[in-house]
Amino acid sequence: MPKSKLSAEKLAQNFADLHPAYAPQEARIEAARCLYCWDAPCTRACPTGIDVPTFIRQILEKNSGGAAETILSENILGGSCARACPTEVLCEGACVDRTLEKAPVEIGRLQRFATDYAAKRKLQFFEPGPESGFTVVVVGSGPAGLACAHELRRLGHGVRVLEASDVPGGLNTTGISPYKISTEFALSEVEQASAIGFEIELNSPVTGADLRELLEQNDAVFLGVGLGQTAPLNIPGEDAAGVWEALDFIEQAHRMPLKECEVGTQVVVIGGGNTAVDVATEAVRLGADQTTIAYRRSREQMPAFAYEVELAVSDQIGFEWCVQPVEFVAEAGRLVAVRFRRQRLEGEGRAGTLVDAGGDDLVLPCDQAIKALGQLPRSDFLSSIDGLKIDGGRVVIDDKTRATSVAGLFAGGDCISRGGEIVDAVQDGKIAARGIDHTLRQKPKEPR
Amino acid sequence: MKKPDLATDFCGIRSPNPFWLASGPPTNSAYQVRRAFEAGWGGVVWKTLAHDPVVNVSARYGAVDYHGRKMMGLNNIELISDRSLEENLREITEIKQEFPDRAMIVSLMVESKKETWQDIVQRTEDAGCDGLELNFGCPHGMSERGMGAAVGQVPEYTEMITGWVTEVAKTPVLVKLTPNVADPRPIGQAARRAGAAGLSLINTINSIMGVDLETLHPMPHVGGRGSHGGYCGPAVKPIALNMLQQVAADPAIDLPISGIGGIESWQDAAEFLLLGATSVQVCTAAMHHGFRIVEPMISGLQMWMLEHEFESLSDVQGRVVPDVGGWGELDLAYKVVAEIDQDQCIHCGLCYIACEDGAHQSIHCAKIETDAFLAQHPNGAGAVHQSGGKNYLPGAGAGYVNLLTIDQTTCVGCNLCSLVCPVEDCISMVERDSGLPSMTWNEYQEKLGRGEVDPIAPPEHR
Repeated sequence: MPKSKLSAEKLAQNFADLHPAYAPQEARIEAARCLYCWDAPCTRACPTGIDVPTFIRQILEKNSGGAAETILSENILGGSCARACPTEVLCEGACVDRTLEKAPVEIGRLQRFATDYAAKRKLQFFEPGPESGFTVVVVGSGPAGLACAHELRRLGHGVRVLEASDVPGGLNTTGISPYKISTEFALSEVEQASAIGFEIELNSPVTGADLRELLEQNDAVFLGVGLGQTAPLNIPGEDAAGVWEALDFIEQAHRMPLKECEVGTQVVVIGGGNTAVDVATEAVRLGADQTTIAYRRSREQMPAFAYEVELAVSDQIGFEWCVQPVEFVAEAGRLVAVRFRRQRLEGEGRAGTLVDAGGDDLVLPCDQAIKALGQLPRSDFLSSIDGLKIDGGRVVIDDKTRATSVAGLFAGGDCISRGGEIVDAVQDGKIAARGIDHTLRQKPKEPR
Repeated sequence: MKKPDLATDFCGIRSPNPFWLASGPPTNSAYQVRRAFEAGWGGVVWKTLAHDPVVNVSARYGAVDYHGRKMMGLNNIELISDRSLEENLREITEIKQEFPDRAMIVSLMVESKKETWQDIVQRTEDAGCDGLELNFGCPHGMSERGMGAAVGQVPEYTEMITGWVTEVAKTPVLVKLTPNVADPRPIGQAARRAGAAGLSLINTINSIMGVDLETLHPMPHVGGRGSHGGYCGPAVKPIALNMLQQVAADPAIDLPISGIGGIESWQDAAEFLLLGATSVQVCTAAMHHGFRIVEPMISGLQMWMLEHEFESLSDVQGRVVPDVGGWGELDLAYKVVAEIDQDQCIHCGLCYIACEDGAHQSIHCAKIETDAFLAQHPNGAGAVHQSGGKNYLPGAGAGYVNLLTIDQTTCVGCNLCSLVCPVEDCISMVERDSGLPSMTWNEYQEKLGRGEVDPIAPPEHR
């Protein structure tokens, strides 16, 4: 696979912030648009319940530090969420200015303005609570794990975080396009969060057996392990050189200089979700000549958010609808094309079934095909945990506490949702920490 | 389209329209006044003259901004003209000859000596002005030297000095009133007794603009030290309108009034005219936006007059003065209540929280499931947007919409909800029969005393 042919300068330009940071006056002008709603729809639409009108008013009153505290007290990854949240369907989707002015207040950018202010100054708003004497192990340092660990420290519990990878932060660090969240920012946010007093032990994967031991030796364990590999298509040629998984493609841009990143000349992205769009736009920005998103259903049924699709269109990405991949065509072990069978929908909407539409197959010549088909659950690991209930690949939890079927074991993030937003994972971690706290404080303290 | 005539006759001072520039920084020189007349202003009041030019300081102005909108209010510690009297008078002659159809009024302020006043009056009239305006109003600087507001706050001083002036003046004399008094009427009456032909009001209001929270300097400051200054701009308009109406309604005054105080649009001007002004004077708006703002003011006033079939300014001037009076003359039986147009409501909740915490707890807030809401309010569906194959409704969150309704049985008709509502025409105040006979507070007191009516029960509160 060739490396990016673009100049370092052009790459830097392509990977600059998608939504540039506000200058202080710009932020205040935007903040002045906020109506300061009561029981604000934006706050209600935020999974972590950030008090949006309050933090915007604090920006308006030139109290950016206070605004950051308002945000981070509900969402310790408020900086990442400001950059990567699908605000269109969350806070900004609910903003009443959408009706009044046909344009919502740019809440995401305002949130970034405030959190950047605090991050630059390394402001620490939160103190650990009085030591409870309990110890909790958090497995996984992604958004769910980080939020859980942070909240547990605020509540006074001892926390160890175990991370399988050699970098902390989970998908937040390596799984989101760098023009949304840069590696440096993701890592700095991890540092800010852990400054409340917990260590992240890297290169520390956990097996089912390890987990049993951790449960015995600690007061509780939080499982924030996310998901595993991309689902395979199980079609011929899938092991040809040039067939990639979406997360590997995104991760390379976080792991090495953009100039070193590999990208095809003609790239086909298979899938219709937000990850597919992310991968496709990243391919274009790395210098692919032609990038096409191929999705087996229709445009209307694409799960990608409207603004993501608009981004893809503005990046001049091509689309093929209603096509089912049937073969990765390889020559001498190298990918040269993807063959698709045309599909037709029978029945209404997403409930409808796809059937072969007949006619000639579509053959898209390409030297790189990227599968963005969603990740599979970590089934082997989860099923090795005695007594853990799983349903459809999701760890079953109690809604109020995020407790699993195993005593002392709590869970949150993608392993309970099979793929959600950062903000959902943060809320899971927060709720689980409070669930753990509630459970621990009810049980008599045993000397260990 | 025949546009209404805006020609103004202010006790003999004629101008093609009622828009005059008030005495202040914009009327400091021939250069500025020429530009103003070219832009269309009907008249000017030349910046206050004295025999000896004053010395000014820097900085001079401070402003109040409101959430990004600049200069809601402005204050200044600038004094009167700091140019020589001879130069000013020469320029006045020159401009009056260039623009004979415009009103040229000159503001004056000198020390309180008869000869001094009479000397400057004669010299100014010799320059060719159409009228004089006596500055008894500036609250800052000059008042410490016994001039400006120091005169205008005492009816006897006002009467004495105005008398010196009218004794020799051949042109109409206007007295400019200060708002820094409990009641402007005794001053207006004093001016009238001394032979003033007209009044202008208000001058600026005593003020400190604020404190710079970084440097802790008062604002504006001169090397870290501040002084009270004169407050003006849009924020002072309601204060000016009240004083204008008070003076206009006083039969013991009965003089034409040039209205001043925060006028920046034709609407402001129309309100001043309706509440008793014969002409209006503008300063802050010209300082903010330049002389060009007179054009939309003229055009707006004419279009409004056309719409209301007012043929000339005399149809407008003073029209609303009789409709303002004491609280005791208000009808206790008159009743309005709020009504929310649910098709317009954007569910911001601002009316609810204002009524709940700041008024009379008469707005109900019901959480309606989003789908149920859309079924009941098909117009609301127009706001729905789609993304990723799902629908989103602005104003909804956590699965519900706050449906806001007025409890008209407890609503006291205070207006607050309609004032905070960000959507035009969403909350209206509608008249309701209170079931009471028409009766003012004064009548009520009399009837209560005679035992003809029962006491009115207090409203119910939660």
